[in-house]
Amino acid sequence: MKIKAKRVIPGMGLSLGVTIAMLSIIVLIPLASLVVFTGRLSFREFVDVITSRRVLASFEVSFVTALIASLINAVMGVILAWVLVRYDFPGRRIIDGMIELPFALPTAVAGISLTALTSDKGWIGKIFDKFGIKIAYTRIGITFALVFVGIPFVVRAVQPILEKMDGTYEEAAGVMGASRTTIFWKIIFPEIRPAVFTGFGLALGRCIGEYGSVVFIAGNQPFKTEITPLIIMAKLQEYDYGSASAIALVMLVFSFALLFAVNLIQVHNSKILKGGR
Amino acid sequence: MATAALPASKNVKKRSAETNIPVNSRTAQPDMIHEDGAGAKAVRALLIGVSILFMFVMMVLPLATVIKEALKQGWAAYQKAVTDDYTRSAIILTLEATVSALIINTVFGLFAAWAITKFHFSGKKVLTTLIDVPVTVSPIIAGLIYVLVFGRQSVLYPYLKQAGIQIVYAVPGVILATVFVTFPFISRELIPVLEAQGTDEEEAAALMGANGWTIFTKVTFPHIKWAFLYGVVLCTARAMGEFGAVSVLSGHLRGKTNTLPLYVEVLFQGFEWVPAFAVSSILVIMAVIILVIRNIFEHNAKTRSGGI
Repeated sequence: MKIKAKRVIPGMGLSLGVTIAMLSIIVLIPLASLVVFTGRLSFREFVDVITSRRVLASFEVSFVTALIASLINAVMGVILAWVLVRYDFPGRRIIDGMIELPFALPTAVAGISLTALTSDKGWIGKIFDKFGIKIAYTRIGITFALVFVGIPFVVRAVQPILEKMDGTYEEAAGVMGASRTTIFWKIIFPEIRPAVFTGFGLALGRCIGEYGSVVFIAGNQPFKTEITPLIIMAKLQEYDYGSASAIALVMLVFSFALLFAVNLIQVHNSKILKGGR
Repeated sequence: MATAALPASKNVKKRSAETNIPVNSRTAQPDMIHEDGAGAKAVRALLIGVSILFMFVMMVLPLATVIKEALKQGWAAYQKAVTDDYTRSAIILTLEATVSALIINTVFGLFAAWAITKFHFSGKKVLTTLIDVPVTVSPIIAGLIYVLVFGRQSVLYPYLKQAGIQIVYAVPGVILATVFVTFPFISRELIPVLEAQGTDEEEAAALMGANGWTIFTKVTFPHIKWAFLYGVVLCTARAMGEFGAVSVLSGHLRGKTNTLPLYVEVLFQGFEWVPAFAVSSILVIMAVIILVIRNIFEHNAKTRSGGI
């Protein structure tokens, strides 16, 4: 069967050749250069770069803000997906369409408008300023921007699962006298849990690498609001290619590990979507 | 199976799609746990309220802010910023980069989807994973790797210089960065569709003597038309808005290597807020158009797959 398929449809050599050639030139060889340039550092130098105080602080800023933002997104994403699938109200279609605004809106535009919105003269910043809370140019601002960036990932992961879910179990539980909270935690949540994790993982991955929407709102103070991508940018401007590659490599390894975890969950997920358990 | 019995009404189509019994009470009232009606209504109101508030703060207010700031000094100032020469050259470069990304990624997407879905070979899983890599790489890293490959310290640099080709801090760098970040956008839309379609029709056509081009245009392409257009829309959205990767490679030369998002940054950092938001408004309009097209496509795809 395999051999027959290969012979009958033409173009295997050509299409595979073009695919691998383009992938190598545009993605793989340039990515390999990251390893090559990091390799020019001795192990000692590599460790020094990675563990320098400023870099460690940036890891912390990037990771903590991305984690908090993704947690908020996990909760809000489930609520939004739930509301969009289960309820009908005026404006539902508009909200459904708007969820993907963060994918369509250029990050730089999102960055400057969120900054203007949360600075002490902006509509949101003004309100919080009264309570002495500053959003723009603090970690709260970074988190705010990352919530914006990450929300579609969770909603779009959870929504199809909720749509596919068979309502009869909920109904049965309801008839047998289970409360709504019990139904949610015992019946609905176990079904959407893998999707929530997938969306959370994707959002986290995106947030950690995010640059455009964060640089403007972050204020970029070393040790306080400097994110890792910005440190890479700074090293590059100092022509310190070794350090830039080393930090980038650490980020890359982390995001690949995250992707791997998400893929494992997704395998499980697609089984549910296809109907099997 | 159940999708064949789709009711015509838009609002109920999603929910009824997964229940085999069309007269299920959920079609009429989705949150149907009957015993505590008042509590259910309160929860419903609360959740809808929270959602609307969230969307208002996170999506509507930022867009409104762009418009408010862009028009702060009146219509004339807005018009001046939008029709400025630097803005025009930024629009042209953005279009160039977007079109280049579309062409290159379409070629890649078609070949990759064909290779992956029509043949069996070892390492297919690895290949599909590798194609998705650009999406997971931070845009800054995407820019960085091209600086490493083509920049001053690269082994290639002397040869490139001899040939008079400048990539880093020049237009080719901007285009390369745009291509990289949108690389899998078309292939990843095509692969699932072709996978679901299988290889029977192509095999039949080939056995009847059709050549590769005929098979592709007459048999395969009609199946992937919508997925392809959808990929084009996604690719356009990301390409015209890419910031991080382009920012590393462009060098921010006004009128030369500035794309629209980069020009927005230059203006904003230079405290020229009104022009910055005015130029942003162009991108906002494009983003809204893309969102609308995307929703129409999504709607089409849903009714289409239900109809067949």
